[in-house]
Amino acid sequence: MNYADEFRDPVKAKGVLGAITRIVDELDATKEKPIYIMEICGGHTHAIFRYGLDKLTPPGLEFIHGPGCPVCVLPMSRVDECVEIAENPNVIFTTFGDAMRVPGTKKSLMQAKADGADIRMVYSPLDALELARRNPDREVVFFGLGFETTTPSTALSILQAESDGLTNFTIFCNHIMVPPPIKALLDDPHMILDGFVGPGHVSMVIGIRPYDFIARDYGKPIVVAGFEPLDLLQSVLMVLEQIRDGRAEVENQYSRIVPDDGNPVSIAACEKVYEPRPTFEWRGLGEIDASGLRIRDRYKAFDAEIKFDIGYGRNNVFTAEQEGCACGDVMTGRIKPHACPQFGKGCTPEMPLGALMVSSEGACAAYYQYGGLELESVE
Amino acid sequence: MNQVPRQPRRVVADKITMAHGGGGKAMRDLIEDVFTSVFCPPGMEDQARLMDAAITVPGARLAFTTDSFVVFPMEFPGGDIGKIAVCGTVNDLAVGGAVPLWLSAAFIIEEGVDIATLRRIAASMQKAAKEAGVSIVTGDTKVVGKGSGDGVFITTSGVGVIAPDRNLLAETVQPGDVAIVNGVLGDHGAAILAARGDMALSTKIPSDCQPLNQLMEAVLAAAPDTRVARDATRGGLASALNEIADAAEIGIEIGEDLLPLRTEVKGVCEILGLDPLYLANEGTLVVFVPEDQADAALAAMQTCEAGRDAVIIGKATKQHPRTVVMKTVFGGLRIVDMLVGEQLPRIC
Repeated sequence: MNYADEFRDPVKAKGVLGAITRIVDELDATKEKPIYIMEICGGHTHAIFRYGLDKLTPPGLEFIHGPGCPVCVLPMSRVDECVEIAENPNVIFTTFGDAMRVPGTKKSLMQAKADGADIRMVYSPLDALELARRNPDREVVFFGLGFETTTPSTALSILQAESDGLTNFTIFCNHIMVPPPIKALLDDPHMILDGFVGPGHVSMVIGIRPYDFIARDYGKPIVVAGFEPLDLLQSVLMVLEQIRDGRAEVENQYSRIVPDDGNPVSIAACEKVYEPRPTFEWRGLGEIDASGLRIRDRYKAFDAEIKFDIGYGRNNVFTAEQEGCACGDVMTGRIKPHACPQFGKGCTPEMPLGALMVSSEGACAAYYQYGGLELESVE
Repeated sequence: MNQVPRQPRRVVADKITMAHGGGGKAMRDLIEDVFTSVFCPPGMEDQARLMDAAITVPGARLAFTTDSFVVFPMEFPGGDIGKIAVCGTVNDLAVGGAVPLWLSAAFIIEEGVDIATLRRIAASMQKAAKEAGVSIVTGDTKVVGKGSGDGVFITTSGVGVIAPDRNLLAETVQPGDVAIVNGVLGDHGAAILAARGDMALSTKIPSDCQPLNQLMEAVLAAAPDTRVARDATRGGLASALNEIADAAEIGIEIGEDLLPLRTEVKGVCEILGLDPLYLANEGTLVVFVPEDQADAALAAMQTCEAGRDAVIIGKATKQHPRTVVMKTVFGGLRIVDMLVGEQLPRIC
């Protein structure tokens, strides 16, 4: 087994698609009155488009693309603050590559780099730590970004920096959590969702129990899914079976990777280093209680918010989005990406107006890249 | 007075210093010892005066191209910056239907570079030139201070001759024409990524860097109505196909299950979230030929070393003009757009 082809077997996919179509028919769902399933994770959104799954599933099933792309939900004020830190002449600012092109109110990190800021792309916070060791006279800042998937590696880099006695390494912490925005979406009175496909890699860290409230309090099914096309189709089928049977449970399709209780070592490291912020802004969704993490006082020496006097919320949080940008409506499922008046006109992957067009995991970029046309094969 | 044959001049330093760019003895010795003694027959002057019978054929046209190379790292499995600098320019000429004849090579060298590295690069350029049947006939060196460059940058220009009957143009591709690639995709991009060592990938994928002019001659002999060829360098196959679809105002449909990919490259792409359609190649081309000449073109490619793994990957269509689509292994269709931004910087 090489774990690359087995989960893309077209024959097996056909079987699962048949079962999906049968349940959608049984439930009398149609294009006009579909079943709405939200895939929370941006990686799932990308996979759906990459494999054309939305074109293969019946019209009575509609995917709503969730808020699980960390680059897409990053508010502009935080990008501005990144630029502010990075433009400090003694700073080496390190970041994952996807964050480079996210527009701030004045410029993106890529533009700041062109203007002379020392901004470097890294693949891991440990690379940033190495830079700090090699450049003792410079301040190395790592842009901590992402959900529970990337949160533990940032925590470990802080613990490592402390044990190495490094004093020139800090984290600009923007880590966020998956469950709070899901709760916010479920509390929205206009909520139309019938079920969820849950994030696989996040759950590898936190396990599946943090989703219990979705089934218990809101009566909606959720199935934690892997990222291969067959994983996704099987998970959709499991959600549909729950709906048909009138069940609402947390199920784990991705059990080959996700233990029900998550990864205790990662969870412990995160508990040690972070605490929830009272509130954090999500681009397009607004402020959500206890949805972001900050570095505990015990580790404040490694907190860029303190070292560079940035804090949180100083820049009049909840910055206005670019005019005409409907990222918020897309993210909550109120409109599809191509229904945004700027889609493909004022907002393209080359010149993104909104964050959903920036990351390849963003719903708009995925629509633009893979699904812009109704296609018909020549055969 | 009897003239004593001049001894070849030798570089004595083991690293490049600013003196090697100063226009004096150190520079003269560097050029003679490291470059011209490898590339040129003795007696060649700085301005090459060139003649080839092909130029004088009535209706023949000159082809002229230039390209700069800044790949990092300079040496990687399957090649180095010198080999790419020769192959890249040779292939530019070849896919235009030209027989490449002469190259120039200009070097921008950063202070501190090992002379031994330069010797290896020069040797590898000469080897590639010999394989491609071209001569490096003129050149230049400049030295920049430490920090103003990064190792060695090379610019090569190339002159070739296009035979009178040849007219390869993207605009001539018609619906029904068949797209063929000469081999596996993405090896160069994956090789560079692995060679950088950032990812601690244990795989050793060699770059596909190779001259393609002999392969092109074989294709053109077997399929005289070949419409167009493109080497799928930066931006990968996806960019090459999009350029053709755009110029010819046709659609292109390729099959995911038809794409030739090494298991290791697939693996690297899976791990890093890259798409092999966008990975750079340095010895991979796509040709469009009329349907009735496709078998002949394919067979001709497969007889060449550079085309052993050649396969048909799709065709031009009337539908969805200016758009490249791929039928996924699931039977879904997706658009294959041009690359946005950069997937990997400094790959060539």
